[in-house]
Amino acid sequence: MSERALGIQYSTPAQEREAVTLGMWAFLATEVLFFGALIAAYLNYRIWFGSDFIAAARMTKVVLGTANTAVLLTSSACMAMAVTTFDAGSKRAPVLWLIATALLGLAFVVIKGTEWFLEYREHLVPALNFDVARYGGVAEIFFVFYFCATGLHALHLLIGICLVSWVAIRIGRGSLVPGGSTTRLIGLYWHFVDIVWIFLFPLIYLAGRNG
Amino acid sequence: MHAPVRQSYLNASVGIRSWLLTTDHKRIALLYFAGITFFFFVGGIAASLIRLELITPQGNLGSPDFYNRLFTMHGIIMVWFFLIPSIPTTMGNFILPMMIGARDLAFPRLNLLSWYLYIIGGLITLTALLLGGVDTGWTFYEPYSTFYATGYVILTVFGIFVSGFSSILTGLNFIVTVHKLRAPGMTWYRLPVFVWSTYATSVILVLATPVLAMTLLMLLAERVLHVGIFSPQLGGDPLLFQHMFWFYSHPAVYIMILPSMGVISEIVPVFSSKSLFGYYFVVWCSIAIAVIGFLVWGHHMFVAGQSLYASLAFSFLSYLVAVPSAIKVFNWVATMHEGWIRFNAPMLYAFGFIGLFTIGGLTGLMLAALAVDVHVTDTYFVVAHFHYIMVGGAVMGFFAGLHYWWPKISGRLYPDYWARFAAILAFFGFNLTFFPQFILGYLGMPRRYQSYPPEFQIWHVLSSAGASILAVGYALPLFYFAWSILKGPRAPSNPWGATGLEWSTASPPPPENFAESPTVIRPPYQYDRGKPCMQAADV
Repeated sequence: MSERALGIQYSTPAQEREAVTLGMWAFLATEVLFFGALIAAYLNYRIWFGSDFIAAARMTKVVLGTANTAVLLTSSACMAMAVTTFDAGSKRAPVLWLIATALLGLAFVVIKGTEWFLEYREHLVPALNFDVARYGGVAEIFFVFYFCATGLHALHLLIGICLVSWVAIRIGRGSLVPGGSTTRLIGLYWHFVDIVWIFLFPLIYLAGRNG
Repeated sequence: MHAPVRQSYLNASVGIRSWLLTTDHKRIALLYFAGITFFFFVGGIAASLIRLELITPQGNLGSPDFYNRLFTMHGIIMVWFFLIPSIPTTMGNFILPMMIGARDLAFPRLNLLSWYLYIIGGLITLTALLLGGVDTGWTFYEPYSTFYATGYVILTVFGIFVSGFSSILTGLNFIVTVHKLRAPGMTWYRLPVFVWSTYATSVILVLATPVLAMTLLMLLAERVLHVGIFSPQLGGDPLLFQHMFWFYSHPAVYIMILPSMGVISEIVPVFSSKSLFGYYFVVWCSIAIAVIGFLVWGHHMFVAGQSLYASLAFSFLSYLVAVPSAIKVFNWVATMHEGWIRFNAPMLYAFGFIGLFTIGGLTGLMLAALAVDVHVTDTYFVVAHFHYIMVGGAVMGFFAGLHYWWPKISGRLYPDYWARFAAILAFFGFNLTFFPQFILGYLGMPRRYQSYPPEFQIWHVLSSAGASILAVGYALPLFYFAWSILKGPRAPSNPWGATGLEWSTASPPPPENFAESPTVIRPPYQYDRGKPCMQAADV
């Protein structure tokens, strides 16, 4: 971004850097409210339906969910390393860290996909094959939220994987140089997607499991 | 003047591509003007058909179902494709960067993308409405919009969803621009009030619109996949939809009115040749309205079955949000006090705004009272109230701003006589249209009905008569602005004697707004014995 010629609206590269950073934070604020609305609706039903809803939540695959949490947290650590090494002026290290980030992101999606496939086989996918007679209507609403939330999160992650790969290629080609904002901003986005999962994971998989 | 043809943003490059691919905030503002005007008249045609239908007690124009689709179309087009984007995307885009001494918005290409999203969203929704429309009302309440839906709900909602991203990106662009692109010397308390109120609006756009996006996405999931989220037939909670819908749509009212308040705060000091009374109060009232506006959505659901204690809290907060609005009205009036008032067209529109907004606000207080609200819920009283805010307030503010900045935007003057005539016509037409609706509502006429008992006819006839006057008042500017572009005299850089930075540069402005970056040396609205003291140092 700052690698291009400075836009006419900016006087200095520092001004542009501050502007794009604030722009990314404002975008993330929008995203917080976007996911926040879904989580609020989810909590509303969790309180309203109570035990039936929590029983449905126990059908989720907690082992796979936990593994995915570990994968995603590790990917965020790699992302942080990529940003740090890039700013320190290293040429090879940030590319490797970014590749690791993207691969871990991909691993998350694969594990998530496995989970969805297992749920499909158990007839737990609303609109496709949900077995209402067996699980009940409340469980169906839970799984509507489950697929909406994890699906939207996975979509954000896929976008993140594309962005990270794009940045890795550009750093590898030398068209991004330290001091620019692109890598740092993609990093912010990646951490945000990670944080969304940090909220979804306990709300979906953990709360009420021992109750 | 015989100056050679000066380069301005209008003639810097030519051809349709130079407009459709422009990143100049001023040109994008004009693109928005085209879109906004188009949708305003589409929504206006729907409104005219509604008023035509209501002249007689029985249904004449088509079936009751057609009537349902008509008022739904009017609401959807006017709210999402005219009122919400109206002032921010046109005058905000054009004037805000100039007011703070910037050469463009922070993200010019994002700005162009916002326009395309707005147009694409608008065309998708318009297509759906013309294919057959929806009969849910603009609020898409469940289960009208899912279980009982008969129209093109999916396409309509998808268009609104797309245009929401236009809102979000516009708000984001303004926030960053105000924070980071202010000229040297332009401190926060030297910002014109229009900048502050657009900033407050932007915060609402960025924080409320995503909630609507998610709500509509869930509605789409429910409708497309036939799974239960809100629909009671599928085990959902329709009240939750109303909560989520109004969490956006009530703050959206402030998206509509705050920019208008900003425009009025610009116009009143200029045409009174006096400093704005209580600048700090006006500024912080904008912020207060934006914040408290997020906490009052439940007053739309007093009879929908929410808890009485929730209703009490929402009632109290709704009274509270009226306080900053009232403070602003007092500030404008106090600004005029002992001022040297000029009755030009922008000022007449501003007078109209203040009067109509006050009536709209006071009737809003009546509706915030639980017992009164139960009596008049879903009657014409509510319809009259929100039209006083949205048409009497927001649209009057839009026209006020348009007349105020027209010389800057077009570089031409318009015939003030005709403009004053249009402003007066709109004011009287508006009152004749909507005041009878207060009486109708109080007498018990429910909204959204095609036919009604004959004893209500006199009020409906008065209202429809007013609507035809209002229509003339809104159509007149098309003619004299067209005349102004073709034959109007050239405008000087500061025709009104205002103090803001946008008046320090030529009319129309050069592509980069200022010949040299301005330095700001004083707060806005300073007058020395009626003479404007410019904010920019070198004028």
